[in-house]
Amino acid sequence: MTRPGPAAEGLMISPIKNGTVIDHITSGEALNVLKIIGITGTTTESVSVATNVSSNKTGKKDIVKIANRELCKEEMDRIALIAPRVSINIIREFKVYAKRGVERPEFLLGVVRCPNPGCITNAHEPISSRFEVLPHGLHCMYCDWLITNDITGHMI
Amino acid sequence: MKHIISIRDLDRPFIDDLINHANHIASQHFNANSLSDKILALLFFEPSTRTRMSFEAAMARLGGTSISVGSIEASSIAKGETLADTIRVVSGYADAIVLRHPKEGAARLASEFASVPVINAGDGAGQHPSQTLLDLYTIQQSLPLDGIDVGMIGDLRYGRTAHSLAYALSLYRCRIHVISPKGLELPSALIGELRDRGTEVIEHEFVEDIIRELDVLYVTRIQRERFPDSASYFDVSSSYKITTELLENVRSHLIVLHPLPRVDEIEPAVDALPYARYFDQSKNGVPVRMAMLQEVLK
Repeated sequence: MTRPGPAAEGLMISPIKNGTVIDHITSGEALNVLKIIGITGTTTESVSVATNVSSNKTGKKDIVKIANRELCKEEMDRIALIAPRVSINIIREFKVYAKRGVERPEFLLGVVRCPNPGCITNAHEPISSRFEVLPHGLHCMYCDWLITNDITGHMI
Repeated sequence: MKHIISIRDLDRPFIDDLINHANHIASQHFNANSLSDKILALLFFEPSTRTRMSFEAAMARLGGTSISVGSIEASSIAKGETLADTIRVVSGYADAIVLRHPKEGAARLASEFASVPVINAGDGAGQHPSQTLLDLYTIQQSLPLDGIDVGMIGDLRYGRTAHSLAYALSLYRCRIHVISPKGLELPSALIGELRDRGTEVIEHEFVEDIIRELDVLYVTRIQRERFPDSASYFDVSSSYKITTELLENVRSHLIVLHPLPRVDEIEPAVDALPYARYFDQSKNGVPVRMAMLQEVLK
């Protein structure tokens, strides 16, 4: 019998049977991640959120667990816009079924609204917004507007 | 199918070829019937004098025909038709479309719905590539484009000609000196982009500080419609003026350009100085637009 070490902190959020765990989210961005994947106060998924938990890699991180929903590739890549270092675990029967990183997409079609009120994509025309993902922001491919911060705030 | 939508889409070999082509045209080396079987649709959703007339003149010089909407108020646009539908319809009537529209990105949209080439003749505060091409053409009539010092003065925030020209000059390793009233500076995102492309952009408070080191001075108008009232407009618009005194002791080969119309930015006495090239610049719109039309309709 060995003496137990310092009281383990224990899991702040319980494991899920099926669904998705998004780990290593940039500290403070968990709620924005939920917004990006369309989880709001009115959706039915069971969601657990932990913010500012200790991380060996980054000091602090956020974690999100979504029960009974597996994220698709496009949703994962959207997350990369604000949290490029996340790892995404697909859980089936309490086990990690698949582990994936994310890639910043090259283009975003219909994902972000152009903040330029004079942009043709904000007029009554049969087109979706189209942005090119650059290292320093998102470039509107219609009006050349550059979004450099609060990308989540511009999500459709 | 070749569209000309934004100076950002054009590389240096294309621009150099187009300038050479315009030079040939200007020296009367062109076939006056080369576009005799072609129809050009002019779709102008905003007022225009120079751009519209010079495209019409360019088409006429090449033997082609231009058609246009008489007035927007009396057209299907007034009935709520989308630009996308208008473009699809007009594509059936003409071999190319020249579009001016108040919304930025309108020409890009048009190119996606048109079945004929589209030339952007200005979209909101966005792009105006034919103006930039004729600006470059006018500079190269006097100076090599590479490595020169170009001063830009005026409304550099909203002036689309300044944005396009600054971007184009970055292809030629020019140094860009910017002088503008407070609040009308070149957008910081554009300055950052130009610097990332290796272009030196130097900001000055007063034109007097730099005028004697410039090869080109590009003057733009303060747009009255950007100001809430006349008083604030006059405050800003009177903050700079190109005068004969200012141009004393400048480089002998300096050229002063302005996309026109001017209001008070350049005093009329400057017109008589050898530096003044803005009326040549305006006239150059015809050969440059002839070259553009031949390019997209060839």
